[in-house]
Amino acid sequence: MTARKSERLMNLVICLLVARTYISKSQIKQAVEGYRDLSTDAFEKMFERDKEELRVLGVPIDLGSRDRFFDDEVGYRIRRDRFELPEITLEADEAAVVGLAARVWQHASLANATSGAVRKLRAAGVEVDDEAFDIVEPQLAVTEPAFDQVFAAITNATPISFGYRSASARRKAMRRLDPWGLVSWHGHWYVVGHDRDRGEPRMFRLSRFDGDVTVTGPPHTVVRPPDLDLRALAASLAPAEPSKQAVVAIRKGTGGALRRRATEVTPGDDGWDTVEVSYSSATSLAEELTAQGPDVVAVGPSEVRDHVVECLHRLAEGSAR
Amino acid sequence: MMTANAHDQVSRMLALVPYLRAKEGIAVDDVAAHFGVAPAQIIKDLRVLWFCGLPNSVSGDMIDIDMEAVEGEGVVRLTNADYLTRPLRLTAHEAVALIVALRTLRASSDGAERDIVDRALQKLEFAAGEAGVPASNVDVHIDPVDAATRGQIERALRTDRRLRLEYYVPGRDETTEREVDPIRLAIVSGHTYLEGWCYRADDVRLFRVDRITALEVLPEPIDLPADARPRDLSHGLFQPADDDRLATLSLEPSAAWVADYYPVEQVRRRPGRVVEIDLRYSDEHWLRRLVMRLGGNARVIQPESLADDVRMTAARALEAYSGSP
Repeated sequence: MTARKSERLMNLVICLLVARTYISKSQIKQAVEGYRDLSTDAFEKMFERDKEELRVLGVPIDLGSRDRFFDDEVGYRIRRDRFELPEITLEADEAAVVGLAARVWQHASLANATSGAVRKLRAAGVEVDDEAFDIVEPQLAVTEPAFDQVFAAITNATPISFGYRSASARRKAMRRLDPWGLVSWHGHWYVVGHDRDRGEPRMFRLSRFDGDVTVTGPPHTVVRPPDLDLRALAASLAPAEPSKQAVVAIRKGTGGALRRRATEVTPGDDGWDTVEVSYSSATSLAEELTAQGPDVVAVGPSEVRDHVVECLHRLAEGSAR
Repeated sequence: MMTANAHDQVSRMLALVPYLRAKEGIAVDDVAAHFGVAPAQIIKDLRVLWFCGLPNSVSGDMIDIDMEAVEGEGVVRLTNADYLTRPLRLTAHEAVALIVALRTLRASSDGAERDIVDRALQKLEFAAGEAGVPASNVDVHIDPVDAATRGQIERALRTDRRLRLEYYVPGRDETTEREVDPIRLAIVSGHTYLEGWCYRADDVRLFRVDRITALEVLPEPIDLPADARPRDLSHGLFQPADDDRLATLSLEPSAAWVADYYPVEQVRRRPGRVVEIDLRYSDEHWLRRLVMRLGGNARVIQPESLADDVRMTAARALEAYSGSP
């Protein structure tokens, strides 16, 4: 079954590719082995399905008028310049880099897509090297179930809607988005775009998507702002940079992470050092200090100190409730 | 819908024809390796291609394959396919996947390597045309690391030399000194890691380069044990080990992010937007710090020893605050 279908599709491609002008359906029916013995109805249905399947593969089939004077005489062809991969020649080192790039995606659907691209390059005469190249190997992993659908929406520029559970929201809410870009930040994927309900740019974390992503419009209908700087926008929607100063006392020999990002360290002679650190969110700094237990004491400001004390109280009693 | 089989087969055959035209007499096994399928699949493809072409043309333009040579010597000779001399263009999916991979490589390389990646990128973006344009809508951020540290690690890798490093372990809040035979540099989740044989652990370990506080390339050459293999990082850094234990935590909504970040076996929704998770851990110090950090928004259900430990540690920490306002 597969063999017959593959054979028919290959023959259809070859038939449309060699055609110098648009050729009619009846000519196609005669020329392609798998269609010849079908009834007209059965052929029409099968031809429509086959065309769609070739389109999914990326085969561009043009529809055009066969006659300069009569518009109803339509036909089909594949234009060679739109079908064929343009000439490409890679130097040995460039080809090695492409071979390495094929190992970057650790996610099945994108690993397959890169292998597909490499296969085409090989067929175009590029000798892609499988051997490792002496260069650091970055890996892109994907753990979010929504990734493939969002990636497709970005590639096809389609608007989407999806269920989302934000960190603060009470329950899952439906969001409508014109997606502009995907951003990978410390191993997590985010989508940035125009939030249709809020009327402004927003960033969503893919791991908080809940359920399927629905495509809500035709391809190529999402228009990105022409001057969009994706990284800058993502950064502006991400947590703020540190700007305030806190003072903490740290027991000697401990608190390595805090010391490493200290703006000032004043050694004391009572077994403790006084350390200044920058922060943006009092809550997250307080949580970090709390994690150090008896090795760290928050001195000030009070928004940090009070929060540490509150956290410690809850922890000291917490498990009993 | 097209069956996955026919889709994959047609996609493969459209590349196979121009590929084989240029490589007369190539071994079936080599073709299979390049196309990432079994040799038997390539033979199946060839049997289909044998029936493809232009049946009605005067010249009888069918693709010609010497099937005897395929089955006998295991080599492929394909002729008479002048209508398929070049592969199909890249699809948007393929183009974007490859260009983003190359840009990620670019972001993690430097100097001469970066120039090579740039040249390859330029050629590929041109060949991909329109299909590659959406690649600029995907941005992979890689945290920069200290260039001198990285340069020294690369030098050790090139010259097969041992490294001595001081390494900060945040989970235990301690700086350790160790000797490591480097295996490779890898970038996972946006962070750069040195992977190598650690003589302190007597095992392969990953070290985050931004946590290396001091580094020295030693004069002695590496002496990697035969069984030292880089880890498969395709599922991220967390890899369950046999000696891992499970803890059960109950998370308030503000601590629910923990379920996204750490290796969680199970998540159960409880009334009041509380979630209960079973979390894998190997190091009790690490887990205690995590729970402390959550400042009461997480409650330890199991193990009880950890719940007690957290309570007592917090009580001791509070003593420092009891005197002053």
